Amino acid sequence: MVTAVDRAREVAEQVTDPELPMLTLADLGVLRSVEVTGRQVVVTLTPTYSGCPAMAEMRADVHRALTRAGYPEVEVRTALDPPWSSDWITPRGRAKLAEHGIAPPAAAPARGGPVPLTLAPPAARIPCPRCGSRATEEISRFSAAACKALRRCTACAEPFEHIKEI
Amino acid sequence: MSFDNAYEALTEQNDARWAFGTGFDDPLSGVDTTVPSGVDGAVLAEYCLALADDALVHSQRLGEWVTRAPELEEEVALANIALDLLGQARLLLSRAGQADGTGRGEDALAYFRDAGQFRNLRLAELPRGDFACEISRSLLLSTRRLAVFSRLTGSRDPVLAAVAGKGVQELTYHRDYAAQWAVRLGDGTAESHRRMQAALDGIWPHVPEILDTHEIDRRAVAAGIGVDPAEVRAEFDEVVDQVLTAATLQRPEAAGIPGSGRDGAHTEHLPELLADMQGLARAHPEATW
Repeated sequence: MVTAVDRAREVAEQVTDPELPMLTLADLGVLRSVEVTGRQVVVTLTPTYSGCPAMAEMRADVHRALTRAGYPEVEVRTALDPPWSSDWITPRGRAKLAEHGIAPPAAAPARGGPVPLTLAPPAARIPCPRCGSRATEEISRFSAAACKALRRCTACAEPFEHIKEI
Repeated sequence: MSFDNAYEALTEQNDARWAFGTGFDDPLSGVDTTVPSGVDGAVLAEYCLALADDALVHSQRLGEWVTRAPELEEEVALANIALDLLGQARLLLSRAGQADGTGRGEDALAYFRDAGQFRNLRLAELPRGDFACEISRSLLLSTRRLAVFSRLTGSRDPVLAAVAGKGVQELTYHRDYAAQWAVRLGDGTAESHRRMQAALDGIWPHVPEILDTHEIDRRAVAAGIGVDPAEVRAEFDEVVDQVLTAATLQRPEAAGIPGSGRDGAHTEHLPELLADMQGLARAHPEATW
Protein backbone atom coordinates (compact mmCIF):
# COMPACT_ATOMS: atom_id res chain seq x y z
CA MET A 1 0.00 0.00 0.00
CA VAL A 2 1.33 3.41 -0.95
CA THR A 3 0.95 5.76 2.01
CA ALA A 4 0.81 9.56 2.01
CA VAL A 5 4.35 9.62 3.36
CA ASP A 6 5.60 7.40 0.54
CA ARG A 7 4.02 9.68 -2.05
CA ALA A 8 5.44 12.85 -0.49
CA ARG A 9 8.84 11.20 -0.12
CA GLU A 10 8.81 10.18 -3.76
CA VAL A 11 8.18 13.80 -4.82
CA ALA A 12 10.89 15.20 -2.51
CA GLU A 13 13.38 12.53 -3.58
CA GLN A 14 13.05 13.52 -7.24
CA VAL A 15 14.22 17.11 -6.64
CA THR A 16 17.71 17.53 -8.09
CA ASP A 17 20.76 19.35 -6.78
CA PRO A 18 21.19 22.73 -8.53
CA GLU A 19 24.99 22.39 -8.77
CA LEU A 20 25.08 18.67 -9.58
CA PRO A 21 21.86 18.22 -11.57
CA MET A 22 22.56 14.54 -12.27
CA LEU A 23 21.96 13.86 -8.56
CA THR A 24 18.68 13.95 -6.70
CA LEU A 25 18.70 15.27 -3.14
CA ALA A 26 18.24 11.64 -2.02
CA ASP A 27 21.31 10.55 -4.06
CA LEU A 28 23.34 13.36 -2.48
CA GLY A 29 22.27 12.28 1.01
CA VAL A 30 20.96 15.69 2.11
CA LEU A 31 17.31 14.58 2.39
CA ARG A 32 17.04 13.51 6.02
CA SER A 33 13.33 12.89 6.50
CA VAL A 34 9.85 13.40 5.09
CA GLU A 35 6.89 13.42 7.48
CA VAL A 36 3.21 13.92 6.76
CA THR A 37 0.75 15.08 9.41
CA GLY A 38 -2.72 15.66 8.04
CA ARG A 39 -2.34 18.25 5.28
CA GLN A 40 1.19 19.21 6.27
CA VAL A 41 4.44 17.83 4.86
CA VAL A 42 7.65 18.45 6.76
CA VAL A 43 10.90 17.84 4.87
CA THR A 44 14.27 18.00 6.64
CA LEU A 45 17.46 18.82 4.71
CA THR A 46 21.11 19.03 5.76
CA PRO A 47 23.52 21.49 4.14
CA THR A 48 26.66 20.02 2.56
CA TYR A 49 28.89 23.04 3.36
CA SER A 50 28.32 26.07 5.65
CA GLY A 51 28.49 28.45 2.72
CA CYS A 52 26.82 26.32 0.07
CA PRO A 53 24.84 28.84 -2.00
CA ALA A 54 22.62 26.05 -3.34
CA MET A 55 20.91 25.48 0.02
CA ALA A 56 18.32 28.26 -0.38
CA GLU A 57 17.47 26.99 -3.83
CA MET A 58 17.15 23.38 -2.64
CA ARG A 59 14.68 24.53 -0.01
CA ALA A 60 12.72 26.51 -2.60
CA ASP A 61 12.75 23.60 -5.10
CA VAL A 62 11.47 21.09 -2.52
CA HIS A 63 8.75 23.53 -1.52
CA ARG A 64 7.77 24.12 -5.13
CA ALA A 65 7.76 20.41 -6.08
CA LEU A 66 5.54 19.40 -3.16
CA THR A 67 3.19 22.35 -3.66
CA ARG A 68 2.80 21.40 -7.31
CA ALA A 69 2.14 17.79 -6.28
CA GLY A 70 -0.88 19.02 -4.35
CA TYR A 71 0.40 19.41 -0.79
CA PRO A 72 -1.07 22.66 0.56
CA GLU A 73 1.23 23.05 3.58
CA VAL A 74 4.94 22.41 3.10
CA GLU A 75 7.61 23.14 5.67
CA VAL A 76 11.32 22.64 4.95
CA ARG A 77 13.45 22.29 8.08
CA THR A 78 17.24 22.30 8.32
CA ALA A 79 19.12 19.74 10.40
CA LEU A 80 22.69 20.89 11.07
CA ASP A 81 23.63 17.92 13.22
CA PRO A 82 25.15 15.48 12.48
CA PRO A 83 27.00 17.35 9.69
CA TRP A 84 26.68 16.03 6.15
CA SER A 85 29.42 13.65 5.08
CA SER A 86 30.36 12.65 1.54
CA ASP A 87 29.87 9.07 2.79
CA TRP A 88 26.13 9.77 2.60
CA ILE A 89 26.16 9.92 -1.22
CA THR A 90 24.27 6.77 -2.24
CA PRO A 91 25.73 4.02 -4.49
CA ARG A 92 23.34 5.19 -7.22
CA GLY A 93 24.57 8.77 -6.74
CA ARG A 94 28.19 7.63 -7.02
CA ALA A 95 27.45 5.76 -10.24
CA LYS A 96 25.74 8.83 -11.73
CA LEU A 97 28.64 11.13 -10.79
CA ALA A 98 31.12 8.77 -12.46
CA GLU A 99 28.90 8.57 -15.57
CA HIS A 100 29.09 12.36 -15.80
CA GLY A 101 32.88 12.46 -15.52
CA ILE A 102 33.02 13.44 -11.83
CA ALA A 103 35.01 11.09 -9.59
CA PRO A 104 32.94 10.07 -6.54
CA PRO A 105 34.52 10.50 -3.09
CA ALA A 106 36.53 7.80 -1.31
CA ALA A 107 35.77 7.14 2.36
CA ALA A 108 35.63 10.28 4.52
CA PRO A 109 38.24 10.75 7.27
CA ALA A 110 37.27 9.54 10.75
CA ARG A 111 35.68 12.17 13.01
CA GLY A 112 36.44 13.15 16.57
CA GLY A 113 39.54 14.08 18.53
CA PRO A 114 42.34 16.37 17.39
CA VAL A 115 42.48 16.72 13.61
CA PRO A 116 45.86 15.63 12.19
CA LEU A 117 47.72 18.09 9.98
CA THR A 118 48.39 16.93 6.42
CA LEU A 119 51.53 18.38 4.88
CA ALA A 120 51.84 15.94 1.96
CA PRO A 121 49.33 15.85 -0.91
CA PRO A 122 46.65 13.22 -0.21
CA ALA A 123 47.62 9.68 -1.13
CA ALA A 124 44.03 8.63 -1.93
CA ARG A 125 44.12 6.96 -5.30
CA ILE A 126 41.10 8.28 -7.10
CA PRO A 127 40.50 6.49 -10.41
CA CYS A 128 40.00 8.59 -13.55
CA PRO A 129 36.27 8.63 -14.38
CA ARG A 130 37.11 8.62 -18.12
CA CYS A 131 39.73 5.89 -18.58
CA GLY A 132 39.70 4.19 -15.17
CA SER A 133 43.44 4.65 -14.60
CA ARG A 134 44.53 5.06 -10.99
CA ALA A 135 47.47 7.21 -12.07
CA THR A 136 45.80 10.50 -11.14
CA GLU A 137 47.00 13.50 -9.16
CA GLU A 138 45.40 16.41 -7.38
CA ILE A 139 45.72 19.79 -9.12
CA SER A 140 43.81 21.71 -6.47
CA ARG A 141 41.77 20.93 -3.38
CA PHE A 142 39.37 23.60 -4.65
CA SER A 143 37.21 23.87 -7.73
CA ALA A 144 34.10 25.53 -9.16
CA ALA A 145 31.94 24.42 -6.21
CA ALA A 146 32.69 24.02 -2.50
CA CYS A 147 32.26 20.24 -2.70
CA LYS A 148 34.67 19.58 -5.59
CA ALA A 149 38.45 19.25 -6.03
CA LEU A 150 40.30 19.27 -9.33
CA ARG A 151 42.45 16.33 -10.46
CA ARG A 152 44.25 15.25 -13.59
CA CYS A 153 44.80 11.80 -15.06
CA THR A 154 48.39 11.17 -16.10
CA ALA A 155 47.32 8.23 -18.32
CA CYS A 156 44.74 9.93 -20.56
CA ALA A 157 45.94 13.48 -19.74
CA GLU A 158 42.41 14.75 -19.01
CA PRO A 159 41.55 16.92 -16.01
CA PHE A 160 38.48 15.94 -14.01
CA GLU A 161 36.50 16.98 -10.96
CA HIS A 162 36.33 14.95 -7.79
CA ILE A 163 33.87 15.21 -4.89
CA LYS A 164 35.96 15.91 -1.78
CA GLU A 165 35.85 13.56 1.17
CA ILE A 166 34.45 15.32 4.23
CA MET B 1 14.79 24.27 -12.30
CA SER B 2 16.71 23.90 -15.55
CA PHE B 3 17.35 26.36 -18.35
CA ASP B 4 18.66 26.11 -21.90
CA ASN B 5 21.30 28.73 -21.19
CA ALA B 6 22.59 30.87 -18.35
CA TYR B 7 20.98 34.07 -19.66
CA GLU B 8 17.51 32.55 -19.49
CA ALA B 9 18.09 31.72 -15.83
CA LEU B 10 19.12 35.33 -15.13
CA THR B 11 15.75 36.66 -16.25
CA GLU B 12 13.72 34.58 -13.80
CA GLN B 13 12.15 36.74 -11.12
CA ASN B 14 12.58 36.06 -7.41
CA ASP B 15 14.98 33.20 -7.90
CA ALA B 16 16.89 32.47 -4.69
CA ARG B 17 19.93 31.51 -6.75
CA TRP B 18 20.45 35.07 -7.88
CA ALA B 19 20.24 36.80 -4.51
CA PHE B 20 23.19 39.15 -4.14
CA GLY B 21 24.09 41.64 -1.46
CA THR B 22 21.19 41.59 0.96
CA GLY B 23 17.96 39.75 1.52
CA PHE B 24 19.21 36.16 1.52
CA ASP B 25 17.14 33.45 3.12
CA ASP B 26 17.85 33.10 6.83
CA PRO B 27 20.64 30.50 6.98
CA LEU B 28 19.08 29.05 10.15
CA SER B 29 15.68 28.80 8.48
CA GLY B 30 13.91 25.71 9.79
CA VAL B 31 16.41 25.08 12.62
CA ASP B 32 15.18 24.78 16.22
CA THR B 33 16.71 27.94 17.67
CA THR B 34 15.47 27.74 21.26
CA VAL B 35 18.19 28.95 23.64
CA PRO B 36 18.87 26.07 26.10
CA SER B 37 17.43 26.63 29.55
CA GLY B 38 19.94 28.03 32.00
CA VAL B 39 22.00 29.69 29.24
CA ASP B 40 22.08 33.50 29.26
CA GLY B 41 21.11 34.61 25.75
CA ALA B 42 23.34 37.69 25.98
CA VAL B 43 26.42 35.58 26.77
CA LEU B 44 25.66 33.20 23.91
CA ALA B 45 25.10 36.13 21.55
CA GLU B 46 28.35 37.94 22.32
CA TYR B 47 30.32 34.69 21.95
CA CYS B 48 28.68 33.82 18.60
CA LEU B 49 29.23 37.40 17.43
CA ALA B 50 32.97 37.21 18.16
CA LEU B 51 33.34 33.93 16.24
CA ALA B 52 31.16 35.29 13.43
CA ASP B 53 33.18 38.50 13.09
CA ASP B 54 36.49 36.60 12.90
CA ALA B 55 35.09 34.66 9.96
CA LEU B 56 33.29 37.56 8.26
CA VAL B 57 36.25 39.93 8.32
CA HIS B 58 38.79 37.30 7.26
CA SER B 59 36.41 36.20 4.51
CA GLN B 60 36.26 39.77 3.20
CA ARG B 61 40.07 39.98 3.11
CA LEU B 62 40.32 36.59 1.35
CA GLY B 63 37.79 37.79 -1.20
CA GLU B 64 40.16 40.61 -2.17
CA TRP B 65 42.44 37.96 -3.71
CA VAL B 66 39.94 37.31 -6.48
CA THR B 67 41.68 38.67 -9.63
CA ARG B 68 44.89 39.25 -7.61
CA ALA B 69 46.12 35.75 -6.69
CA PRO B 70 49.40 34.44 -8.15
CA GLU B 71 47.63 31.66 -10.10
CA LEU B 72 44.04 30.90 -11.06
CA GLU B 73 44.03 27.76 -8.85
CA GLU B 74 45.02 29.83 -5.81
CA GLU B 75 42.35 32.42 -6.56
CA VAL B 76 39.76 29.63 -6.63
CA ALA B 77 41.19 28.18 -3.42
CA LEU B 78 41.14 31.48 -1.51
CA ALA B 79 37.64 32.27 -2.78
CA ASN B 80 36.42 28.83 -1.67
CA ILE B 81 37.90 29.31 1.79
CA ALA B 82 36.28 32.76 1.92
CA LEU B 83 32.93 31.20 0.99
CA ASP B 84 33.18 28.59 3.77
CA LEU B 85 34.03 31.29 6.31
CA LEU B 86 31.21 33.49 5.06
CA GLY B 87 28.83 30.55 5.52
CA GLN B 88 30.05 30.06 9.09
CA ALA B 89 29.70 33.80 9.73
CA ARG B 90 26.13 33.88 8.42
CA LEU B 91 25.04 31.02 10.68
CA LEU B 92 26.74 32.56 13.72
CA LEU B 93 25.42 36.08 13.05
CA SER B 94 21.90 34.70 12.80
CA ARG B 95 22.42 32.79 16.04
CA ALA B 96 23.70 35.96 17.76
CA GLY B 97 20.71 38.01 16.58
CA GLN B 98 18.25 35.43 17.92
CA ALA B 99 20.02 34.79 21.20
CA ASP B 100 20.31 38.45 22.25
CA GLY B 101 16.59 38.91 21.82
CA THR B 102 16.90 41.83 19.38
CA GLY B 103 15.84 39.71 16.42
CA ARG B 104 18.51 41.37 14.27
CA GLY B 105 19.22 39.32 11.16
CA GLU B 106 22.56 38.68 9.49
CA ASP B 107 22.22 41.75 7.23
CA ALA B 108 21.67 44.10 10.16
CA LEU B 109 24.70 42.70 11.95
CA ALA B 110 27.02 42.51 8.94
CA TYR B 111 26.14 45.78 7.22
CA PHE B 112 24.85 48.13 9.87
CA ARG B 113 27.37 47.95 12.69
CA ASP B 114 30.36 50.31 12.83
CA ALA B 115 33.96 49.23 13.45
CA GLY B 116 33.73 49.76 17.22
CA GLN B 117 30.90 47.22 17.38
CA PHE B 118 32.89 44.50 15.61
CA ARG B 119 34.43 41.87 17.90
CA ASN B 120 36.90 40.17 15.53
CA LEU B 121 40.55 39.50 16.36
CA ARG B 122 42.68 42.22 14.80
CA LEU B 123 44.76 39.70 12.85
CA ALA B 124 41.73 39.06 10.61
CA GLU B 125 41.46 42.71 9.54
CA LEU B 126 45.09 43.46 8.62
CA PRO B 127 45.61 44.41 4.96
CA ARG B 128 46.22 41.36 2.80
CA GLY B 129 49.89 42.15 2.05
CA ASP B 130 51.64 39.71 -0.29
CA PHE B 131 50.71 36.06 -0.76
CA ALA B 132 53.09 34.99 2.02
CA CYS B 133 51.30 37.37 4.42
CA GLU B 134 47.93 35.83 3.59
CA ILE B 135 49.30 32.31 3.99
CA SER B 136 50.81 33.21 7.38
CA ARG B 137 47.60 34.83 8.61
CA SER B 138 45.46 31.96 7.30
CA LEU B 139 47.72 29.39 8.97
CA LEU B 140 47.46 31.05 12.40
CA LEU B 141 43.74 31.83 12.21
CA SER B 142 42.70 28.43 10.84
CA THR B 143 44.87 26.60 13.39
CA ARG B 144 43.24 28.53 16.23
CA ARG B 145 39.73 28.23 14.83
CA LEU B 146 40.01 24.49 14.12
CA ALA B 147 41.30 23.81 17.63
CA VAL B 148 38.46 25.87 19.16
CA PHE B 149 35.73 24.45 16.89
CA SER B 150 36.75 20.82 17.47
CA ARG B 151 36.11 21.43 21.19
CA LEU B 152 32.96 23.50 20.60
CA THR B 153 31.17 20.42 19.29
CA GLY B 154 30.56 19.75 23.00
CA SER B 155 28.94 23.18 23.56
CA ARG B 156 25.72 23.28 25.60
CA ASP B 157 24.18 25.28 22.76
CA PRO B 158 23.16 22.71 20.13
CA VAL B 159 23.16 25.26 17.29
CA LEU B 160 26.70 26.46 18.08
CA ALA B 161 27.83 22.82 18.49
CA ALA B 162 26.37 21.93 15.09
CA VAL B 163 27.91 24.96 13.34
CA ALA B 164 31.26 23.98 14.85
CA GLY B 165 30.86 20.34 13.75
CA LYS B 166 30.38 21.40 10.14
CA GLY B 167 33.13 24.01 10.47
CA VAL B 168 35.67 21.40 11.60
CA GLN B 169 35.35 19.60 8.25
CA GLU B 170 35.99 22.85 6.37
CA LEU B 171 38.73 24.25 8.61
CA THR B 172 40.66 20.98 8.30
CA TYR B 173 41.40 21.66 4.66
CA HIS B 174 41.78 25.43 5.18
CA ARG B 175 44.60 24.69 7.63
CA ASP B 176 46.14 22.05 5.35
CA TYR B 177 46.07 24.51 2.45
CA ALA B 178 47.88 27.24 4.42
CA ALA B 179 50.33 24.76 5.97
CA GLN B 180 51.26 23.21 2.61
CA TRP B 181 51.87 26.64 1.09
CA ALA B 182 53.90 27.72 4.13
CA VAL B 183 56.18 24.71 3.58
CA ARG B 184 56.38 25.29 -0.17
CA LEU B 185 57.33 28.94 0.27
CA GLY B 186 59.50 28.54 3.37
CA ASP B 187 61.41 25.60 1.95
CA GLY B 188 61.39 27.08 -1.56
CA THR B 189 63.68 29.67 -3.12
CA ALA B 190 65.76 32.18 -1.17
CA GLU B 191 63.23 34.88 -2.10
CA SER B 192 60.13 32.87 -1.12
CA HIS B 193 61.82 31.89 2.15
CA ARG B 194 62.69 35.52 2.88
CA ARG B 195 59.15 36.67 2.20
CA MET B 196 57.57 33.91 4.27
CA GLN B 197 59.82 34.66 7.25
CA ALA B 198 59.16 38.40 6.92
CA ALA B 199 55.41 37.76 6.80
CA LEU B 200 55.53 35.69 10.00
CA ASP B 201 57.70 38.24 11.75
CA GLY B 202 55.26 40.97 10.73
CA ILE B 203 52.12 39.34 12.13
CA TRP B 204 53.62 37.62 15.19
CA PRO B 205 52.78 40.52 17.55
CA HIS B 206 49.12 39.53 16.97
CA VAL B 207 49.59 35.98 18.25
CA PRO B 208 49.12 36.79 21.99
CA GLU B 209 45.72 38.34 21.23
CA ILE B 210 44.45 35.24 19.41
CA LEU B 211 45.45 32.95 22.31
CA ASP B 212 44.46 35.22 25.20
CA THR B 213 41.37 34.48 27.25
CA HIS B 214 39.02 37.43 26.85
CA GLU B 215 36.10 38.22 29.15
CA ILE B 216 33.75 37.07 26.37
CA ASP B 217 35.48 33.66 26.44
CA ARG B 218 35.43 33.52 30.23
CA ARG B 219 31.69 34.15 30.41
CA ALA B 220 31.02 31.61 27.63
CA VAL B 221 33.14 28.96 29.35
CA ALA B 222 31.31 29.57 32.65
CA ALA B 223 27.98 29.11 30.82
CA GLY B 224 29.15 25.83 29.31
CA ILE B 225 28.82 27.10 25.74
CA GLY B 226 32.37 28.21 24.89
CA VAL B 227 36.01 27.15 24.78
CA ASP B 228 38.87 28.88 26.57
CA PRO B 229 41.55 29.80 23.99
CA ALA B 230 44.18 29.05 26.67
CA GLU B 231 43.04 25.43 26.39
CA VAL B 232 44.04 25.27 22.71
CA ARG B 233 47.47 26.88 23.11
CA ALA B 234 49.35 23.56 23.31
CA GLU B 235 47.67 22.25 20.15
CA PHE B 236 48.26 25.58 18.39
CA ASP B 237 51.97 25.51 19.28
CA GLU B 238 52.37 21.90 18.23
CA VAL B 239 50.75 22.39 14.82
CA VAL B 240 52.52 25.68 14.07
CA ASP B 241 55.89 24.29 15.15
CA GLN B 242 55.38 21.23 12.94
CA VAL B 243 54.74 23.51 9.95
CA LEU B 244 57.61 25.89 10.71
CA THR B 245 60.08 23.01 11.10
CA ALA B 246 59.04 21.47 7.77
CA ALA B 247 59.20 24.93 6.20
CA THR B 248 62.70 25.69 7.63
CA LEU B 249 61.25 28.86 9.18
CA GLN B 250 62.11 30.39 12.55
CA ARG B 251 59.36 30.86 15.09
CA PRO B 252 59.42 34.60 15.79
CA GLU B 253 59.32 36.05 19.26
CA ALA B 254 57.38 39.22 19.82
CA ALA B 255 55.48 40.99 22.55
CA GLY B 256 51.77 41.43 21.96
CA ILE B 257 50.06 44.66 20.96
CA PRO B 258 47.95 46.14 23.79
CA GLY B 259 44.18 46.05 23.44
CA SER B 260 41.88 43.51 21.82
CA GLY B 261 39.57 43.47 18.84
CA ARG B 262 37.17 41.60 21.14
CA ASP B 263 36.64 44.95 22.95
CA GLY B 264 35.92 46.76 19.70
CA ALA B 265 39.40 48.33 19.68
CA HIS B 266 40.59 47.90 16.11
CA THR B 267 43.34 49.03 13.78
CA GLU B 268 42.70 51.79 11.26
CA HIS B 269 42.30 49.06 8.63
CA LEU B 270 38.90 47.82 9.80
CA PRO B 271 36.88 50.98 8.97
CA GLU B 272 38.40 50.92 5.50
CA LEU B 273 37.45 47.24 5.04
CA LEU B 274 33.93 47.93 6.29
CA ALA B 275 33.49 50.89 3.97
CA ASP B 276 34.12 48.52 1.09
CA MET B 277 31.94 45.73 2.48
CA GLN B 278 29.02 47.85 3.74
CA GLY B 279 28.90 50.79 1.31
CA LEU B 280 26.42 49.35 -1.15
CA ALA B 281 24.04 47.92 1.46
CA ARG B 282 24.01 51.26 3.31
CA ALA B 283 23.46 53.32 0.17
CA HIS B 284 20.57 51.09 -0.90
CA PRO B 285 19.10 49.48 2.21
CA GLU B 286 16.72 46.60 1.52
CA ALA B 287 17.61 46.65 -2.17
CA THR B 288 17.58 43.33 -4.03
CA TRP B 289 18.99 42.88 -7.48
